Amino acid sequence: MSETRNGKNLAIVLVVGEDQTGIVAQVSDFLWKENINIEDINQKIMQGVFVMTMLVDISRARSDLGVLGPKLEKLGEKIGLSIQIQHHRIFEVMHRV
Amino acid sequence: MTTTISLDEVYETYRMTEKEHFDIRAVTLGINLLPCAADDFAVLCRRVEKKLLSTARQFVKRAEKIQSYYGIPIINKRITITPAAVVLSGALTGDASRDRERCVDFARLLDRCAAEVGVDFLGGFGGFCEKGMTYAEQTLMESLPAALGQTAKVCGFFSLASTKAGINMRAVAKIGSIILELARASEDAIGAAKFVVFANPVSDNPFMAGGFHGLQEADNVINVGISGPGVVRRAVAGAPRDLPVDDLAEIIKKTAFKITRAGELIGRELARSLGVRFGSLDVSLAPTTAVGDSVGRILEAMGLERVGTHGSTAALALLTDAVKKGGMMASSHIGGLSGAFIPVSEDVGLAEAVRAGTLTMDKLEAMTTVCSVGLDMIAIPGDTKTTTIAAIIADELAIGVMNNKTTAVRLIPVPGKQAGDHVSWGGLLGDACIMPLHGENSDYFIWRKGQLPAPTTSFRN
Repeated sequence: MSETRNGKNLAIVLVVGEDQTGIVAQVSDFLWKENINIEDINQKIMQGVFVMTMLVDISRARSDLGVLGPKLEKLGEKIGLSIQIQHHRIFEVMHRV
Repeated sequence: MTTTISLDEVYETYRMTEKEHFDIRAVTLGINLLPCAADDFAVLCRRVEKKLLSTARQFVKRAEKIQSYYGIPIINKRITITPAAVVLSGALTGDASRDRERCVDFARLLDRCAAEVGVDFLGGFGGFCEKGMTYAEQTLMESLPAALGQTAKVCGFFSLASTKAGINMRAVAKIGSIILELARASEDAIGAAKFVVFANPVSDNPFMAGGFHGLQEADNVINVGISGPGVVRRAVAGAPRDLPVDDLAEIIKKTAFKITRAGELIGRELARSLGVRFGSLDVSLAPTTAVGDSVGRILEAMGLERVGTHGSTAALALLTDAVKKGGMMASSHIGGLSGAFIPVSEDVGLAEAVRAGTLTMDKLEAMTTVCSVGLDMIAIPGDTKTTTIAAIIADELAIGVMNNKTTAVRLIPVPGKQAGDHVSWGGLLGDACIMPLHGENSDYFIWRKGQLPAPTTSFRN
């Protein structure tokens, strides 16, 4: 399960909820502490909901996705947002022929 | 390029899993038990126990790990085995009552092993008698009420018909009374929910209760059952009301494609981590009792006031076909049943339509000609005649035989209940309104027994 590309192991962090100040700061702070590098950030309002995705490299992360997922969920609960992390591969297979 | 996934696509995937119940419904580990065969029953049991425990020990843990890694829930973990009648045949003595006990003991052993490795169900307690019944098959069939009534996780099946052989009407007549006995042997007839009768069964079905590990399969195989009625319903409901049906089919195909892709990724990862072969993907819209996760509701979203009304068969045909096409485009390993299931009690929309009187037994039978399985999870009155049960089964098997497709029957005659009464099983099995049946009997037709001949379409050689 440790598929890497150019030494990178990509995952996507998804943040959904009501827009508020400090979202990027808090999520980035968490990722930095977990030794996860942010490759790209995207955000917009969809159907009235704030949606942000971060493409991250978890190849040097302190823990694997199974551990990171619940941790991010907890952080989300704290700041009143839904935060998920999923492996990049899942999006690739679903959305590309 | 690895960075081209758009925000919309990520959000769509999030919606699918979080809001629309997209999940991997079942990962099923098929295990070949033929190497365990022995003429000494105790030796056979020891070998089977050892084989099941050693093969499946890591199964549940690995599946859970992959689930959390990819963030897509895997709802059920199951085992299928080589049909028990084949495995047991050498270890029977010829003393019928003693052999029936052996069958029950064997079911208990399977139940214990399933509990020990932590799977939800173990399927394959059954056999094939499309044309004739061996002693082992007959004995195992007679043991079903005790075997399934006294175990929690063991699921049974019997194949009584095929396009090549026709219908074994002697076995059909017999199974009518076995099902009634099975229903009476457990609380609220729940034992009958663990038993399926087939025409043209498939050997790689990951879904229960009809899953078994067919003789044409490799030693150990991972098969994956993918679901997602909720995802399809939303896609259909989101389409304009006047969208032509061919465009609607296109939308369903695309959705099926996406969920199949995710399922294959997970199935392959699991097979790799267990060191076994990846078998096939069954892309079936399998409803659950969760609101919105209903095949009935998809048909209603297409423009029917209530499922069961005129147009339901055509709508279901469109759905089943589009799901198959989307799945087949996504993966070269589509197998199992693949299409849409219509298990009445497990599907909120279907259950409601039965209560309202819109969805009847006859309409359901018509709908099974175009869905992937058959008359599934239908509660019927507890005092239904065994010949009537057999006749319902014969009808459904005839559809499978004449149309070269799999059909199945899972009927639950609930003791003490009449048509229109309510029964609640809870959990995945849901609630049901007892389905009214025709009062006129089919006795003399069923008592004829014999072999209903194979159709001309079967002679292609």
